[in-house]
Amino acid sequence: MIKYVIKRILLMLMVFMIIISMCFVLVKLLPDKPAEQFGKDMELIKMRRELLGYNKPLIQQYFIFVQRSLLGMDWGISETLYPMSDVWGKFMEKMPATVIVNLYTMIFSVPLGLMFGIYAALKKNKWQDHVISTAVMVFVSVPSYVYAFLIQYWLCFKWKIFPPQMDAGYDYLSWSMFKSMVPAILALGFGTIAGLTRYVRAELTEVLTSDYLLLARTKGLSRAQTTVRHALRNAMVPVFPMILGEFIGIMSGSLIIEGIFGIPGVGPLYVGAVGTTPPDYNFFMLLTAFYTIIGLTSGIVVDLSYGFIDPRIRMGSKK
Amino acid sequence: MSEKTKYEQLPASAFERVPMEGRMHDKKLESKPVGYFRDAFNRFCRNKSSVVAAIIILMLVLYSIVVPWLCQNNYTRALTDTMYLNYGKLPPKVEGLEWMGFSGTEVITVNENDFYKLRAIADETGLDPIVEIIAGPYQDPSFNGKGKATMYYDLRVDEYYRMGMMYMTVTQQEYDAIQAWQDEHQIQIIFPAITDSKQSDANIWYKADKKGKPTLSKVDKDGDGFLELTNIYKTTTPTDTSYHSTMRIAADNDPEKPLAYARKTGTSSAPGYVIRVSKYNYFQYRYGFEPAFVFGTNANGQDIFTRLASGARFSFLLAIGISAINLFIGAIYGAIEGYYGGAVDLVMERVSDVLSGVPFMVVTTLFQLHLAKQVGPVWSLLFAFVLTGWIGMAARVRMQFYRFKGQEYILAARTLGAGDFRLMFKHIFPNSLGTIITGTVLVIPGVIFSESSLTYLGIVNLESSTRTSVGTMLANGRGYLSTDPYIILFPALFISLLEISFNLFGNGLRDAFNPSLRGTE
Repeated sequence: MIKYVIKRILLMLMVFMIIISMCFVLVKLLPDKPAEQFGKDMELIKMRRELLGYNKPLIQQYFIFVQRSLLGMDWGISETLYPMSDVWGKFMEKMPATVIVNLYTMIFSVPLGLMFGIYAALKKNKWQDHVISTAVMVFVSVPSYVYAFLIQYWLCFKWKIFPPQMDAGYDYLSWSMFKSMVPAILALGFGTIAGLTRYVRAELTEVLTSDYLLLARTKGLSRAQTTVRHALRNAMVPVFPMILGEFIGIMSGSLIIEGIFGIPGVGPLYVGAVGTTPPDYNFFMLLTAFYTIIGLTSGIVVDLSYGFIDPRIRMGSKK
Repeated sequence: MSEKTKYEQLPASAFERVPMEGRMHDKKLESKPVGYFRDAFNRFCRNKSSVVAAIIILMLVLYSIVVPWLCQNNYTRALTDTMYLNYGKLPPKVEGLEWMGFSGTEVITVNENDFYKLRAIADETGLDPIVEIIAGPYQDPSFNGKGKATMYYDLRVDEYYRMGMMYMTVTQQEYDAIQAWQDEHQIQIIFPAITDSKQSDANIWYKADKKGKPTLSKVDKDGDGFLELTNIYKTTTPTDTSYHSTMRIAADNDPEKPLAYARKTGTSSAPGYVIRVSKYNYFQYRYGFEPAFVFGTNANGQDIFTRLASGARFSFLLAIGISAINLFIGAIYGAIEGYYGGAVDLVMERVSDVLSGVPFMVVTTLFQLHLAKQVGPVWSLLFAFVLTGWIGMAARVRMQFYRFKGQEYILAARTLGAGDFRLMFKHIFPNSLGTIITGTVLVIPGVIFSESSLTYLGIVNLESSTRTSVGTMLANGRGYLSTDPYIILFPALFISLLEISFNLFGNGLRDAFNPSLRGTE
């Protein structure tokens, strides 16, 4: 098991290095001429770039990059998006907003998703199941930004229950801040709830019709007992890794929703870094590395957690 | 038990002797043979929601093909004619569908001055913008008791009539042409010029101060409870006919002092006229029909109905192209991986591992930065989709190949001398067709969704004078969400409907091709 985990992690690091090296080369091949602007000292920029090694050969720059950025967490200084501020510092400053909004979303949507899924599975092919399944179909399909527009229009503009944008500042745990986050949490939550409901329902219906449940019933267990002790535990085997994967994914957040509700998170940072002319390549490299590592890690954690949750699943075995 | 005994005691008469002479044949099947696809189709047709979804998709596709092709509109004429810019933010209006909200009206709150302006438009043009006075006049609720409180009205107004007047500068020929059209159709387009040339708002034909506050005469001649406005129309002499209009407004009844319908500008060799025209009526002159936009117009005055159709057509074409390319690459890649296995598989899997590890947004961004200048944003977006899009398809095909390559019929075919290529594409590939078709269809909504998100975020810019996409329309309508929600409503509705029906359709396809998977979602 441990051998397999180490193998997977090493493989992941290899994939990560290949991706990040490719991106580095591709970014360095792009023209990176600072835009001239009133009040900007071009000579100074040139001198700074010379000192930072922008004019060295590419391979040398690459080693500097690996040493300083990947290993030393020094991702340079922003040139266009937030001029003269430290990229890593700015990134860490934006991180909490994204994490907290997505954390709230998970906290409220995971139990609801599980609940609806279990309920639909228990009431399979009755009207309750049909209602839930239809709603799930709609909510899974409709893009999250459409809910965001609807929520913003009805709840924020028409009925004025919530502010249309998230409050500024860093006081993330205050009540008014929470209230201003609610629209974003709702918009993010619908899709998660629907996806989870669908998944739980599918798994649970499969387990509920299996033979060992029939055996448990014939041995005299009540329906509730079989469901909670036998069916649910087995149905959770594939569901749990999925939830775990989403928990890791929360850090990458949602670009569109963050933009719509003005959440000062990581998403707008990426859009901003790409949107300026010339693009802010330091931010771009950091965010590329970040999104890549989030994606790869969540994949691995999902895979490995199967083995931890259900000992019957032997990871990495040949047969 | 009883059945068994019965069989043992069957009488001899129940048997028939086999004729020894002649040959005996199996009975010919009377029913038609049902092939794989026929079978799948029958199963699909039994799934009602999927059939409905398929019909909806078909209608959306038809809409996106037929509408841009049939409707000549301000969108296609955008390059030469910028008149549409004057008709921005008109809400949806369809005659006969007023009860569904397609009435062209909106509820607004105006202050007293604007209320009088609306009434002035009604008085002058005869097109009354005020459909209903919901509340008012009432005092400003935030009034602090100092000075005079502003009075407000809540109104339901017809946005088409509310457009009112605009100033235009036209040449002699255009002026004559409008005059001739007026006489023919008996619709007043040109309204009298006003004396106060500093007044920038073309709608104010009455005595008012610089802020547009009307000077009201204290007599209510109509007796309708509202005070009268005094006009400030410019007059001319009966001899100077160059300012005249053959069609006149009702107030123009003094033969000694006829009203002037234009102000002259330009040089003597190239005279121009500054005229006040009714936007609503001018539209009829210009385009030959009364303005009524099914889905309304956006902030730039472009018709959303045709624009959405063009955007949808673009999205469909892009998605279908990408899914075809993905199918091609993915099928070949997956076939080679699955068929040869071993070291080949390992190496090829690592390649797709690396590619699928790159976040899609980063791929798109890099392609845009590198290629958008050379090949345009559309092609670089297509390349980005293709670069990582085929991986899913390849994985699917690979699985199928692993499933089938060890089976006996493959061994038999190989023994008979079939080559690798023949085994792969003649014997194994057709077995995986069902999953492949389902996968290919389900790529389409995914591509449309990603494309709309990327264009919405502005990472990809597809907007140009001849092209648009659903995501761009969403992004453009975003700023008007609180005031003109219909601009964003119809693109959002379109994409939601499309995603729902494609998901239902895809589920139906999967159930039809792989009945064993039914109900797993």
